[in-house]
Amino acid sequence: MISVLAPLPVLLPLLGAAGTLLVGRHPRTQRTVSLGVLTAVLGVAGALLFMADANGPMSVAVGGWPVPLGIVLVVDRLSALMLVVAATVALGVLVFAVGQGSADGSEESPLSIFHPTFLVLVAGVGNAFLAGDLFNLYVGFEILLMASYVLLTLGGSAQRVRAGITYVIVSLLSSLLFLAAIGLIYAATGTVNMAQLAVRLGALPEGTQVLLQAMLLIAFCIKAAVFPLSAWLPDSYPTAPAPVTAVFAGLLTKVGVYAIIRTQTLLFPSGALDDVLMWAGLATMVMGILGAVAQTDIRRMLSFTLVSHIGYMVFGIALGTAAGLAGAIFYVAHHIAIQTTLFLVAGLIERQGRSTAVDRLGGLARRSPLLAVLFFVPAMNLAGIPPLSGFIGKLGLLRAGIADGSPLALTLVGGAVVTSLLTLLAVARVWTRAFWRPPTQEPADDTAAAAASAAGPDRDGDAVPGGERQAGWQAAWRRHAAVATASEPGWAPAASSVRALRPLPRVMLGATAAMAAVTVALTVVAGPLYGYTDRASGDLLERTPYLQAVLGAEGQR
Amino acid sequence: MTPTIVFPVLIGGLYAAGIYLLLDRSLTRVLLGFLLLGNATNLLLLSTGGPGGMAPILGYSEPEDMSDPLPQALILTAIVITFGVAAFVLAMIHRSWRLARNEAVSTDEEDRRVAARSATDADELDPDELAPEDRPAGHADSLPVRRIPADDVDLPVTGVER
Repeated sequence: MISVLAPLPVLLPLLGAAGTLLVGRHPRTQRTVSLGVLTAVLGVAGALLFMADANGPMSVAVGGWPVPLGIVLVVDRLSALMLVVAATVALGVLVFAVGQGSADGSEESPLSIFHPTFLVLVAGVGNAFLAGDLFNLYVGFEILLMASYVLLTLGGSAQRVRAGITYVIVSLLSSLLFLAAIGLIYAATGTVNMAQLAVRLGALPEGTQVLLQAMLLIAFCIKAAVFPLSAWLPDSYPTAPAPVTAVFAGLLTKVGVYAIIRTQTLLFPSGALDDVLMWAGLATMVMGILGAVAQTDIRRMLSFTLVSHIGYMVFGIALGTAAGLAGAIFYVAHHIAIQTTLFLVAGLIERQGRSTAVDRLGGLARRSPLLAVLFFVPAMNLAGIPPLSGFIGKLGLLRAGIADGSPLALTLVGGAVVTSLLTLLAVARVWTRAFWRPPTQEPADDTAAAAASAAGPDRDGDAVPGGERQAGWQAAWRRHAAVATASEPGWAPAASSVRALRPLPRVMLGATAAMAAVTVALTVVAGPLYGYTDRASGDLLERTPYLQAVLGAEGQR
Repeated sequence: MTPTIVFPVLIGGLYAAGIYLLLDRSLTRVLLGFLLLGNATNLLLLSTGGPGGMAPILGYSEPEDMSDPLPQALILTAIVITFGVAAFVLAMIHRSWRLARNEAVSTDEEDRRVAARSATDADELDPDELAPEDRPAGHADSLPVRRIPADDVDLPVTGVER
């Protein structure tokens, strides 16, 4: 049973990607295939969750190769939970993207690449969560990164290419670092299987261990956007189309966090670098949220809170106690859902208000009360207002920190509280300005012509024909960008003037509402979920269940 | 392939040159740097296999004389990945050149704008009264005036504008 189910979260999206490429000329079929595939993945992940919770860690040797030689997939409580959350988020975002596509009338556009790439991304994420050896983890990372390069630069407009270049180069560097670490680990131990490594790494000299651990952690911290390796994130995420940013914000950094959890618990349980991680967590929280408070663009503000809240997870991991890990895992699940929802809402705000800059927005609460509710609930959840799941996750981490009792842990507890308050400040500013301030101008005025005439000062020097020509090609370029997706920030006025008076598309609203409902549901099931993450962290710290599942009862040496 | 000083020096040299190129703003140099780093990492992987030996798996020799096949498999995978990513980066450089006549890594303008912003509360500002360079990035007028039009603006467009 498990040997059939475990490979499916990787296999199904890959096959689906091939299928959607084949039917690229039939958007309707393409949408049906990708929605069907992701629903199936969600079902499989749910089944794996129940099996992992009932039986503990399970492993599958792919292709029947004996364990240290072949590729092994491992499902334990942590990876099963991550799979379920990832599949939920991916499905919600895909529905949103489908809604956006049909609302923009771009069904016939040459954008058949979105669905295959999105499915490849999901396959990469699934592979990273299931990987039982380091090299397979690397391959999983590469699959999802490759797909993310394409998604981030979708449409190839100037802004996206600029942002994409930074993202690609930073990702490449972290991948090469990871690969070099794998090479060194193989040289030191003669294996890349994580269970075998868990046994053999402990026998290495202490200095070698710390070096290998540091290399892995640096590579993963770049991917997870831990300060000071986080500068690439707020630069590159906000320019992508709304659904793409949402899924990136939810999933990609958390894959890095997942890899950090594995490194710290399975491979290097000695905790040699815990203090460094603690400081990194503190810096991530504080620097990230200070950046968020300074921003005037909703998407950039959300990107900075994303960085900031990664610090909470790093805090929990660095504590190294069962309570800390349980809190971190709970926080990962909560944060994936919440951050995705907020970025989807930002996409809706952009459609409604034609901008994501708070000083351009106003009166959204009157224009769309439902949108206001959809923003308010996840935003309060992000800030950690009781009784929502953000509060429960933060409370768990704070209690773990106080239980630890060391001065450094208590400093982080203080930093976490301050970060939470500043998060509240950042989202409340958006809330009051974008939703409650009287609109600065009526939407009907904001046509492309008005924007062009307002641009007078910097065009004064131009002769009139030149200006016209320029406006002409700018409009052409906007059309071109609008084909890609409608959510290019810079081009918002032109792209949305067509649908000025239309209400928000129902499918997009529905998808966002469903994701918001998921975040509220996390609050409702927080008790059982926290029990589950407790058991998951127990497994991680004990290590023997994992080793037994992979190597068998006798092979642990 | 006995362990020699050649390998470490070669790998170290490639890493140094690669990182030097990666730090450049010109994208072509960044790409070259990435390729050098990729090769350095591949050589590092190769050197982890220990001293070389006869071809493995085929059964030509005793297991003691075989070279370790695993690093070679890893290198093959890594080469394929590096190759694919390099192709993608080349495509991006090309795109960047066509759009902006520029292949340097540019700065994040919104970041500069936030940093240069005065302490005035954003509530009190009307973006239309600001100088163009102070306007938020989402504001259409804040886009830089381009003197050289990109050469693919007249792409045939389907959908959207009907």
